Amino acid sequence: MKIIGLIISVLTGAMLVYAAADFPAWSDPSSPASTYLSPHFIEKTMEETSVPNIVTAVLADYRSFDTMFETAVIFSAGLVCFFLLRTTRRKESETETTHYRHTLTGVTIQIKEGHTLPPSDEFERIDSLWTPSGLIIKTSCRLLVPFIQLFGLYVIAHGHYSPGGGFQGGVILGASIIMLAISYDLRTIIERISEKMVAVLCAVGVLIFSGTGALCLLLGVNFLDYNALAPILLVDPLTARSHAILIVEIGVGVAVMTTMIWLYCNLSSAGKYNQGL
Amino acid sequence: MTDLVSTIIAKYNYWIYITLMMIGLYAMIAKNNLIKKIVGMSMFQTAIILFYVSIGVKKGATIPILEYSHGHGHDTQLVVHAADYVNPLPHVLMLTAIVVGVATLGVALALSIRIYDRYNTLEEDEILTQIREEK
Amino acid sequence: MIWQLDLAILTLVVITGIGALMVKDLLGAAILFGAYSFMMCLLWSIMGAVDVAFTEASVGAGVSAVFFVAAVFRTTRRTKD
Repeated sequence: MKIIGLIISVLTGAMLVYAAADFPAWSDPSSPASTYLSPHFIEKTMEETSVPNIVTAVLADYRSFDTMFETAVIFSAGLVCFFLLRTTRRKESETETTHYRHTLTGVTIQIKEGHTLPPSDEFERIDSLWTPSGLIIKTSCRLLVPFIQLFGLYVIAHGHYSPGGGFQGGVILGASIIMLAISYDLRTIIERISEKMVAVLCAVGVLIFSGTGALCLLLGVNFLDYNALAPILLVDPLTARSHAILIVEIGVGVAVMTTMIWLYCNLSSAGKYNQGL
Repeated sequence: MTDLVSTIIAKYNYWIYITLMMIGLYAMIAKNNLIKKIVGMSMFQTAIILFYVSIGVKKGATIPILEYSHGHGHDTQLVVHAADYVNPLPHVLMLTAIVVGVATLGVALALSIRIYDRYNTLEEDEILTQIREEK
Repeated sequence: MIWQLDLAILTLVVITGIGALMVKDLLGAAILFGAYSFMMCLLWSIMGAVDVAFTEASVGAGVSAVFFVAAVFRTTRRTKD
């Protein structure tokens, strides 16, 4: 298999080298890719959408139909992961044992299913496979989370004027929650943001995006033609495009954030949602 | 001869991208471990994204964010020259490809966790042996 | 674009990529893949693709490395190649 793989990759490489010989020179300003379509976008973006970041303008306005289905792909990836891994029933042979630690003495006890804990406040539940980090890591992660989330919101809201946008901001927001899950344990974040809420928010993100498009359709123009939203947003048509891009980016951000949390919860607990990394 | 050498030196980026693609493809075909195969898939994907982004590079151009003046652009007519800014279109296409890439990575890892639950190994040959024994 | 910087980072990309595939421990492969993604992000930022670099820094170097670690935690670190 190694030899076949080597032959196939070398053949592919040889073909690519042969094709690359015909390419325009490296960083050539007059290459076909830079002269045919892109000058229009660079020169007209400010007039047509009033968004200085061309990437955001093209992503959420000119090519928004494409981006909408990318969001749908991310949503369905979260859904597929859920269907592949999530288990609600246990096998007959497995009995669930939970581990508790006595906070004062550090003694760990194991409770089999059907038995109950002695009535005391001094026990905390711990994972059997994974020991959560110490106090310093927990506290510093907890203090960092609000700042990371603030930065994520800034990245979403300021995507018009600086690098950023829904995808990046959503991933940063999701990563802040994942960091909380790593420094504490999985149950902490499931208490804060439940599985049902994650799934609903993921769908809501896609709905915000497609709903904006459908609203344009209802107002009598093409799907995702944001000019028509001017009477609803109470601004002139040009500013309406800029504001509608923000709405769409928020939808993308919500969908991406919840998909990341959903994927992480399913992967790290192998679908059991009881304990994990 | 000097022509050939100067072509090779002028396009050194492309040769390295092709090397990365070959490494990724080889790992997808020849590696025995499923996680290693997934790493190879991601490397192949990033090599292609790198190639696309490099198409948009222009000599002497800056990042594709226009100089912003207050008043939302329509009362101050901004004169923009296309040659001053990097081609933004490959960036847009590849930005979404990266995020979709991580979503498919999640699905691939979920599949490998399922396979591990069933066969208790991630090695391809051991899984195939177990499948043959079951028949 | 400075070609010396470009060449140095491209070399690091290839080294970390080969390292991620050669190392005989899946946790190490996950971490080296994160390093590979981060080098790739640097490469894109010197090419002027700031949005793509930002996405790769948060997605490739951050979240996907965590996904790999989570999957390795749930399966095994053992690998034959």
